[in-house]
Amino acid sequence: MTTAPLSFILESAHLQQLFDALARHGYHIIGPTLGDQAIIYDEITSVDDLPVGWVDEQSGGTYRLHQTKTPIYFGCTTAVQSWKRWLHPPTEVLWRARRTDSQFEILADEQPTPRYAFIGVRPCELQAIRIQDRVFLEGEFVEARYRARREAAFIIAVNCGRAGNTCFCASMGSGPEAREGFDLALTEVLEGDRHYFVVKTGSAAGQALLAEIPHQPAGDAEIEAAAHIIADTSAHMGRELNVDGLRDLLYRNYEHPRWEAVAQRCLSCGNCTLVCPTCFCVTIEDATNLNGDEAQRVRKWDSCFTMDFSYIHGGSVRYSAKSRYRQWMTHKLATWVDQFGTFGCVGCGRCITWCPVGIDITEEARLIRAADNQTVVNKKANHDESV
Amino acid sequence: MVEQALFQDQLVADPMTSTPFRIGRVVKESYDTFTLELVPQGRYQTFPFAPGQFNMLYVFGVGEIPISISGDPQHPSLLVHTTRAVGTVTKAMRALKVGDAIGVRGPFGSAWPVKEARGYDVVFVAGGIGLAPLRPALYQVLAQRDRYGKIVLLYGTRSPEDILFRSELEKWRSRFDLEIYVTVDYANSKWHGNVGVVTRLIPKAPFDPLNTIAMVCGPEVMMRFTALELQKRGVPSDHIYISMERNMKCATGFCGHCQFGPTFICKNGPVYPYNQLQSWLALWEV
Ligand SMILES: Cc1cc2nc3c(=O)[nH]c(=O)nc-3n(C[C@H](O)[C@H](O)[C@H](O)COP(=O)(O)OP(=O)(O)OC[C@H]3O[C@@H](n4cnc5c(N)ncnc54)[C@H](O)[C@@H]3O)c2cc1C
Ligand code: SF4
Ligand code: SF4
Ligand code: FES
Repeated sequence: MTTAPLSFILESAHLQQLFDALARHGYHIIGPTLGDQAIIYDEITSVDDLPVGWVDEQSGGTYRLHQTKTPIYFGCTTAVQSWKRWLHPPTEVLWRARRTDSQFEILADEQPTPRYAFIGVRPCELQAIRIQDRVFLEGEFVEARYRARREAAFIIAVNCGRAGNTCFCASMGSGPEAREGFDLALTEVLEGDRHYFVVKTGSAAGQALLAEIPHQPAGDAEIEAAAHIIADTSAHMGRELNVDGLRDLLYRNYEHPRWEAVAQRCLSCGNCTLVCPTCFCVTIEDATNLNGDEAQRVRKWDSCFTMDFSYIHGGSVRYSAKSRYRQWMTHKLATWVDQFGTFGCVGCGRCITWCPVGIDITEEARLIRAADNQTVVNKKANHDESV
Repeated sequence: MVEQALFQDQLVADPMTSTPFRIGRVVKESYDTFTLELVPQGRYQTFPFAPGQFNMLYVFGVGEIPISISGDPQHPSLLVHTTRAVGTVTKAMRALKVGDAIGVRGPFGSAWPVKEARGYDVVFVAGGIGLAPLRPALYQVLAQRDRYGKIVLLYGTRSPEDILFRSELEKWRSRFDLEIYVTVDYANSKWHGNVGVVTRLIPKAPFDPLNTIAMVCGPEVMMRFTALELQKRGVPSDHIYISMERNMKCATGFCGHCQFGPTFICKNGPVYPYNQLQSWLALWEV
């Protein structure tokens, strides 16, 4: 038998003490803050850095912020970039090498592992982190740099009090409530003059940290208020994706005419892969210094929307925009399931919001389902004398 | 930032870090193909591997590419790679000399079914540079010759000048327990052998289709037509093995580049039973 985790109350007036406790423990606090006309997750030091009163409005191809009079700390849904930027950074030096005559030696970049405290991790984003864990930690090989950052991180999730217009976490089973994988999980409650957080602990580290700041056990009414907020969010999802038999649907429809239709709109810009919290693909760039005696290998985020991505001698394997969009969407919703036992999509909606032309993964899946098996026959011939 | 040379055993933990090996010998196989014999160094006394596996080879400052091991698995004191110079990294590799260093990570990936093939006829079908990744399996099968039925090598290449491992093939050809058929796309007047695609050799090759394991390596289109031809003769699709190529940046499952439908060629492949990929191979731009 499992007992439900205990809930506590943290008054909003004491939120700064949470920041102070994290700082005392040497964490770099990363949380939502106002960037250039958008919320970003960046280094912050106090509650004043949070986007107090700001509310975002997201929809296909658009993002807007507006300020309200409500003193809400976590009123915005997902930021432009996810926490991927911190755990799996956009560029990273893998190693350097120095040449002496005809030989070279490998030099390590022994950087201390940053200890991040993430505050404001949305449930879908939490799920995305766990999906990247499978890629980097649970295969045959372990990505040591990711592991070090991941193990050092302290995670404070915030349950969603409002779903954005592009959100569909309820369809993907990832939100709007964080169920596991956090140290602390907060639900922000604003009731008349009262402003507090219902807090759940998810780890011993979370309990220990909570012990350092003022808190009290939550009463039934407060627990009820938090549950009501989450249920209301769940009932008001911006989008929906029917995942029933989705993997097989996409496998069956690899030659569906919809792929060509979406390719007409897709700019192959790769925005969707960059903002997606689960997309993990990288490339490696080699560089040398001017004398040519020191070289480094730098890992950078890559996107399956580029031609280089699938380049092998003789040309790119996926030369059409159609095949690249198909790779992306089929990876998220079908092949990922075979590879990692989960969808590669958590329903955060970023790819819809940040697509310059507003292509919507939920709509594309719906249209394919609506015309299931409407296949353009485009198989390779089985007779060819030019082998 | 502390800068220090890593101790070799620290490298074990990080599959992305190479170890420099010294080039012991360079063999020019043809005008664009060369073999490097590398001497294991650092934490590697020897370099054990299974036939079909590949390494990531790093040329200082230029880049890193996947290359199959082409040497004899029974002699792991040398690491042998045969490469065709086609672009940036392979051309820089061709310019290296004896004594130079090359970075090695590996071995990675799946192997040819050499053990599973015991008791069967074994048919090797190679197209061009595809002979190199098959050679370790040939060595292993020949080292235990009496465990196998008939052994056949069908090898297609562009022209007589492109024939790889020529003296070795001639030596093998003189054996009575191994059949070798070579065909070229373009012949000169001195060539008296077969001309045409390698798939044409399949209908008359001496093997028992129902009791055969085939190992096929070459360009994707050649492997697909070879598999179709073998199936026509009655070889079951799960007895046909192919070795896939895709762009690879990591070989560890981290970079995503080598995906082919639901598989990662670096970790699930490169060697696959044909029936596992058959339906995907029929599609364009996977
Ligand atoms: C599992 C496997 C085994 C292989 N075994 C052999 C072998 O034994 N002998 C042999 O000659 N060739 C082999 N290849 C092919 C070889 O890796 C490519 O020919 C080589 O990568 C070409 O690099 P390049 O820089 O010379 O070519 P370019 O055409 O100049 O390539 C330009 C850039 O594209 C990238 N690129 C091109 N092809 C690939 C690729 N397949 N993977 C990653 N990046 C690529 C490179 O990073 C390069 O910088 C193998 C490939 C794979 C996947
Ligand atoms: S595919 Fe789109 S909605 Fe799904 S996790 Fe990625 S960015 Fe979010
Ligand atoms: S969708 Fe594309 S960029 Fe994202 S993980 Fe898959 S292959 Fe990589
Ligand atoms: S080569 Fe990077 S995932 Fe396979």
